[in-house]
Amino acid sequence: MSIKFSEDHEWIQSQGDDLVVIGITDFAQEQLGDLVYVELPEVGDECSRGENISVIESVKAASDLVAPVSGTIIEVNSRLENEPELVTEDSMGDGWFIKVRLSSPEELDDLMDESSYNVFIEE
Amino acid sequence: MMSKDQQIKTTPLYQMHLDAGAKMVPFAGYEMPVSYPLGIKKEHNHTREKVGLFDVSHMGQIRLVGINAKKALESLVPVDIIDLPLMKLRYALFTNKSGGVMDDLMVTNLGDEELFLVVNAGCKNADFDHLQSTIGDDCKIEFLEDVALLALQGPLAHKVLSEIVPSISEMTFMTAKKVAINGVDCLITRSGYTGEDGFEISIPAKDSEELAKLLLSNKEVEWVGLGARDSLRLEAGLSLYGHELDTKHSPVESSLSWALSKIRRAGGEREGNYLGSKTIMNHLDEGTESKVVGLQPEGRMPVRDGAVIEDELGNKVGIVTSGGFGPSINRPIAIARLQKSFIEKKAKLFALVRDKKIAVEVVSLPFVKQNYYRG
Repeated sequence: MSIKFSEDHEWIQSQGDDLVVIGITDFAQEQLGDLVYVELPEVGDECSRGENISVIESVKAASDLVAPVSGTIIEVNSRLENEPELVTEDSMGDGWFIKVRLSSPEELDDLMDESSYNVFIEE
Repeated sequence: MMSKDQQIKTTPLYQMHLDAGAKMVPFAGYEMPVSYPLGIKKEHNHTREKVGLFDVSHMGQIRLVGINAKKALESLVPVDIIDLPLMKLRYALFTNKSGGVMDDLMVTNLGDEELFLVVNAGCKNADFDHLQSTIGDDCKIEFLEDVALLALQGPLAHKVLSEIVPSISEMTFMTAKKVAINGVDCLITRSGYTGEDGFEISIPAKDSEELAKLLLSNKEVEWVGLGARDSLRLEAGLSLYGHELDTKHSPVESSLSWALSKIRRAGGEREGNYLGSKTIMNHLDEGTESKVVGLQPEGRMPVRDGAVIEDELGNKVGIVTSGGFGPSINRPIAIARLQKSFIEKKAKLFALVRDKKIAVEVVSLPFVKQNYYRG
């Protein structure tokens, strides 16, 4: 169960069978501040890498969640619709966003591992 | 936009913000704290429940001095300045020739032929030029460069400040007092931009850090940034220049008729005689096609500035001027400029947000009760 990171501050956790869970990193949620609303995609939607798939609203502004990989959305964390603060409280756990079945699993190779990501956010 | 030779400025309390762990952002040419480690929501709620301290030193502080200062300022605002009592504040608007608004401001009568103005940071240079070019021959116009402005806001603001300056107890909303804090001359007004009781303190820049530290030494006081300042004023239904107010709309169109003094309106003793008075008096008399109203979006999704408002048939009815989330009421709120005819016929209205239609209801402002101390 390896975990990878994108330059857009998402974490991508492999669950086997080309399934990944995607959320935003602690660094990202700290940058965004208090979240008040999360707009999630629909289950069954296709996403391609680089596409905006979700909107994260803080008190101050709206930001996009950019798909770090391509595939089909097979599950969304609908708890976030009423409890966006889960992202703030537990960004790597209960604050997950979506589950995706990868259409191009090799895209995972382009993502950073944890130590590279830690260097990335230091810069 | 800043020109190349203009460096981004800082307030006298810049280092304190950094030390407090503030997230700094450029705002109106200044590096300003948008939030502190507490976060916008908690800063907002702390102001509603206890006391927030705001550094608003980026705002413009201007003194007008001279026997004709009041009369001169009246030629630029649709407001009664001549009869403004000693040590009282009045909300005013700089109008332009076409009746639009160049800025909104607070005017205090300090006595001895002296007025004190507080204007928006983003407009202060233009305001100063405007004052110079229009009434520069009638009174002395002094831009105060070496002063800070602190706002102390919230239900306990009075308790906190009276421990330092007992004489502020007798002040009511929209009054001013000159006081010495630890031997430093300050001007305190009981006013603010949060809807709560509170004070603004104008203090020499070099003494501002010591005062901020003194205020923060009270455990009820927390730093509050510009992020919460915006959500607080939005809940309180207060206009923000560049959003509800601009050069293209008259104060009447922006639902600020209450700010237009009776004595300066048609039939008043000193009617008209300010820039754009014809248009503004006409708007008062004939009414306007649009106005600024509160909007309650359905559901949880915030509807933000610039969102188009449509009716069921897809006719454009207006636009959101300010929108976001109200932490005190835990739901999205907005202010919009809408065509009156659609409000009057109670049309079903929708805000367009990212291809979605969010049902919105026209509601009266403010969203949160204002808690000013009127004595």
